[in-house]
Amino acid sequence: MLLEPPLDIGWPQLMIAAALVLVALALSAWQRLGLGKSLAVGTLRAIVQLIAVGYVLLWVFAADRWYVVCGVLLLMVMTASFTATRRLRAPAAVRRRLNLICSVAILAGSGLTLAYVGAVIHVTPWYNPRYLIPLFGMIVANAMNAAALGAERLQSEMDAGRAQIEAYLALGASAQQASAEQVRRALIASLIPTVNMLAVMGIVALPGMMTGQILAGISPNLAVRYQLVVVFMLTSATAITSAGVVLWYRRSFFSAATQLLPLAALRA
Amino acid sequence: MRPDESAFQLRDVCLDRSGQRILIDVDVSLPKFGITALIGPSGSGKTSLLRLLNRLDDPTSGQVEFSGAPIAALPVRTLRRRVGFVFQTPTLFKGTVADNLSIALRLVDADRPVDAARVAEVLRLVHLPEQFAERDSGPLSGGEKQRVALARALMTQPDVLLLDEPTASLDPETADHLIDTLCSLPEKLGLTVILVTHRLSEARQASSYAVMLEAGCVVEAGATEKLWRAADSARTRAFIASAAPRPNAA
Repeated sequence: MLLEPPLDIGWPQLMIAAALVLVALALSAWQRLGLGKSLAVGTLRAIVQLIAVGYVLLWVFAADRWYVVCGVLLLMVMTASFTATRRLRAPAAVRRRLNLICSVAILAGSGLTLAYVGAVIHVTPWYNPRYLIPLFGMIVANAMNAAALGAERLQSEMDAGRAQIEAYLALGASAQQASAEQVRRALIASLIPTVNMLAVMGIVALPGMMTGQILAGISPNLAVRYQLVVVFMLTSATAITSAGVVLWYRRSFFSAATQLLPLAALRA
Repeated sequence: MRPDESAFQLRDVCLDRSGQRILIDVDVSLPKFGITALIGPSGSGKTSLLRLLNRLDDPTSGQVEFSGAPIAALPVRTLRRRVGFVFQTPTLFKGTVADNLSIALRLVDADRPVDAARVAEVLRLVHLPEQFAERDSGPLSGGEKQRVALARALMTQPDVLLLDEPTASLDPETADHLIDTLCSLPEKLGLTVILVTHRLSEARQASSYAVMLEAGCVVEAGATEKLWRAADSARTRAFIASAAPRPNAA
């Protein structure tokens, strides 16, 4: 389905393109933003990381072994889980539990979705890294954001709503009943980016994967269908991840005797 | 006092929070029926003790007994429906007063319709008119909110009502009216009331039994009139006397 082979980008062309960062550097210098070092280091990091990933992918594609592919996917999930929870102010024990919750939720949300799609579009072999790794990467990145938004929002809602939650508990409510409103708000917050993405898809922005495929010479119709599959996957994966993280994390705020734990037990 | 005359018996109860000891070896019996006041200076552990009685918190060590049995033996949600709690700052839920009152029953049966007769009966108990049921809970005054919170706690027909400084944010006149309402409840409903208050005149007016706490320890417990007239502890006498001359202490 290649319309025409993609134009090659050589090292000299890449270096010339990298010069575009100078525009941002110039703005930083002109307005004294103090971002020069961050921009320079960030650019270098992006170059090194992406080139390294390119070589890793070459190796994974060449190895063509299910356990290598699964290892890469697991690493992506663990990194995503760590990133999703690192901003939360919580004691080490709570953070460890939340990390585990996020890992399982992201893995479940992304894995189930990818397994479903893999079966629908007949990816063979099932671990084909050319499909699995980029698709899983996109899903995990979105699931990670959903997990981070859900966990952070739940924490702030539970903090702000302590009086209301205890008022419910004092009437004999279960932990689920007492914190239903906080959970609902956290779920909405974690799903809103996905809902917004669906609403503006193709209007405000052409999605990155579709753009990449069109640039690589694939028929725009096929690129659109791939992108739609990705969008459906992101929606499902973020919903599963949000529900998993928010509902599990809620349990961390209550004792076995349905008591709202003191703030000191929930903060680092 | 026989064990069956106690609503609550606390045995060697300690409570720690963030490395600090909040309650220290509290050993006290709180009588059944009537109003018991928990008094003492700020930070003495009154509210912390009250929260142990419907297990909003559990003690670090020691045992709390309710009606002669360990409190932990009762399912916690059942306990909380038998032992109501009214907080210092009333938190009403969205909706009408009737919605707020019905929630207490809907937590057990989500499909339960509003029981208008029960709502009206409970509103009468807290001296609010029947029509009040349809008022939006948002714009109510502080005193009205506290009465609605009290009514909500009464919806489950509790055996015990725990009140944490219910008049603290009310003006003196509204506070007096609320205390009058409270005083009428034990006889009407066969209720036990445990009242935390820093207003000593209120404690004396409302309670028949009082417990004086300081720095997490029980200083003295006994009939309210005895504590006011001839407390055994010099500290209790000094605390009660310190409040007496203040003209706005009521």
